[in-house]
Amino acid sequence: MNIKKMLALVLSGMLMLSLAACGGEDANNIVIGGLAPLTGDVAVYGVAAKNGAELAFKEINDAGGIGGKKIVFKVLDEKGEVNEAVNSYENLKSQKIVALLGDVTSKPTMAVAQIAAEDRMPMITATATAEAVTTYGDNIFRVCFLDPYQGQTMAQFAAQNLQAKKAAIIYNNADDYSTGVAEAFEKAAKEKGMEVVAKESYGADDKLFKSQLTKIAAQNPDVLFIPDYYNRVALIASQAKEVGITATLLGADGWDGIFNDPNVDASTVEGAYFCNHYSTEDEAKEVQDFIKAYSEAYGQQPNSFAALGYDAAKILAKAIEKAGSNDKEAIIKALQETEYDGVTGHIKFKNGNPIKSVSIIKIVNGQYTLDSKITAE
Amino acid sequence: MNFLIQLMNGLEMGSIYVLVALGYTMVYGIVKLINFAHGDIIMVGGYFLLTAATLWGMPIWVAVIFTIIACAVLGIVIEKVAYKPLRNSARISSLITAIGVSLFLQNLFMLIYKPDPRTPPKVFSSMLNRMFGKDKLTIYVNGDIPYDISYTTLLTIIVSVIIMLGLHFFVKKTKVGKAMLAVSEDAGAAQLMGISVNTIISVTFAIGSALAAVGAIFYTSIVPQVSADMGSMLGLKAFVAAVLGGIGIIPGAMIGGLIMGVAESLTRAYISSNLSDAIVFGILILVLLVKPSGILGKNVKEKV
Repeated sequence: MNIKKMLALVLSGMLMLSLAACGGEDANNIVIGGLAPLTGDVAVYGVAAKNGAELAFKEINDAGGIGGKKIVFKVLDEKGEVNEAVNSYENLKSQKIVALLGDVTSKPTMAVAQIAAEDRMPMITATATAEAVTTYGDNIFRVCFLDPYQGQTMAQFAAQNLQAKKAAIIYNNADDYSTGVAEAFEKAAKEKGMEVVAKESYGADDKLFKSQLTKIAAQNPDVLFIPDYYNRVALIASQAKEVGITATLLGADGWDGIFNDPNVDASTVEGAYFCNHYSTEDEAKEVQDFIKAYSEAYGQQPNSFAALGYDAAKILAKAIEKAGSNDKEAIIKALQETEYDGVTGHIKFKNGNPIKSVSIIKIVNGQYTLDSKITAE
Repeated sequence: MNFLIQLMNGLEMGSIYVLVALGYTMVYGIVKLINFAHGDIIMVGGYFLLTAATLWGMPIWVAVIFTIIACAVLGIVIEKVAYKPLRNSARISSLITAIGVSLFLQNLFMLIYKPDPRTPPKVFSSMLNRMFGKDKLTIYVNGDIPYDISYTTLLTIIVSVIIMLGLHFFVKKTKVGKAMLAVSEDAGAAQLMGISVNTIISVTFAIGSALAAVGAIFYTSIVPQVSADMGSMLGLKAFVAAVLGGIGIIPGAMIGGLIMGVAESLTRAYISSNLSDAIVFGILILVLLVKPSGILGKNVKEKV
């Protein structure tokens, strides 16, 4: 088969598919668009978020839908790329979606949000953490907390729950996530009356932290905040113990996964606290029901992305129900007034960002245990 | 006191640089080859230790001996397979082969053990814990301020010094050591005097790789993580240490390695953690500008 023929075949195939899609339009359906990277580098996140959302919509449809209408969730794969995301969004728009659930990672979400703001399309992202995402318009919402919020929460936790007086920070100054969380922690710690006795940094490829940690040890802090991803955290924690740091270690959601390698010396992080979107240990009914339903549907434990996707879908469906119609402005208004108890905590929105509780996880005997749920002030 | 502890941190890392740099410098002295695969022997050593102790469940000291011997054998095999056939061809060919071996080892281990970093056992802290009931020496200054120095740090420095002295005597006093010196001065003449050049080269690679394995064991005690690319930066710094001290000269590698380690630690502690690499490599540039053959290097006049 030559290329021309192949092209013709593919094009006609696509035409048929799009016709079929148009044929699916029905007054008895509510069409919600979805964007997620289902292939490519960040597919892990996309698939989890999509699974979570699909589970939520299925539960709603099984319970009779919204006002007798079924939700049709149309997800397009944007492969984690900005161009694909924008094109897919235009494609969804032509299919008459009433609202958009997505995107998953920050960069494509920001690109889509700028167009959605002009279209006044109700848009809710489950997982995009970049600060700018919700700044483009009052029709853009997100369910996850922002990076600085984690630093703020951990500082509050250290001051109030741990009664810490002296805090130290060690962070990766080549990484936006680590720097952002560290700065927020420092600012909030000072506001809460803690003294930041040491703030040390390291570079992207560093594996030796003893010089910095020795300096921190000399200040004898009550808590040491390490906002980085788990591989590095394991090294820092091990060397911190070696130089004699006895401070309680604190971290952020990057710590999730620290026991992925079962040989990691758990004693180095014993008694440490970190914050996360939700905890599988949480005994709240919403959480346990969700974990049960998700494991039954997909045969694996849900991660934070799945939980956030689930909550985003439920919040969106609730807003559509409250709006009582497919009118976009009514849905936006309903979203702004959201007050919702989800898997990832109690959520309401302020300027599109959630004010929600954060789960504080404590490491006890090499296991994650839910210590408390707190909401930053 | 803080300064002393920072100095100890520097000497600890410096000792590891010395152990690795010795391999670079000995091989260069004998066959005039910069063995770029040497850094990856550290990585292989880390994985051997992980495999023997964690996956096969060997007692820790058996795993240590296994790691050292396996790395020594690997060194010999690499020389026989990759470098020996090229011994009489242009030096650039061997150099490129060395880079090839390095890439081969990295990718091979990434394939076998997957790209995620793995956690090897901390050899010394578990042994020392058993011997002393703790793994740290706590010094009280002014009666109340505690300073911790881990026994591992002390052990790393002490063992490295013993190895350095041992190697020095080995080269100066034993028959094989003297033969190594002879081959490094003039391989052709050495062969005429009845020295088996092939054997001496194998011995050199074996010792160099065994030292890298010891370096790997100490290194993973500080940084308990092995990954396929862990040897590249460490190897590069050890190579710089060898050049700094004067490549091909054994005491040069020792001085170069210790200077590197201490400079790195003090820069991190008192100047900036971001500048540590810049300052370390800056020292190299300075030394090479003033004395191109390295700190202990002798000026060799080109004969026209």
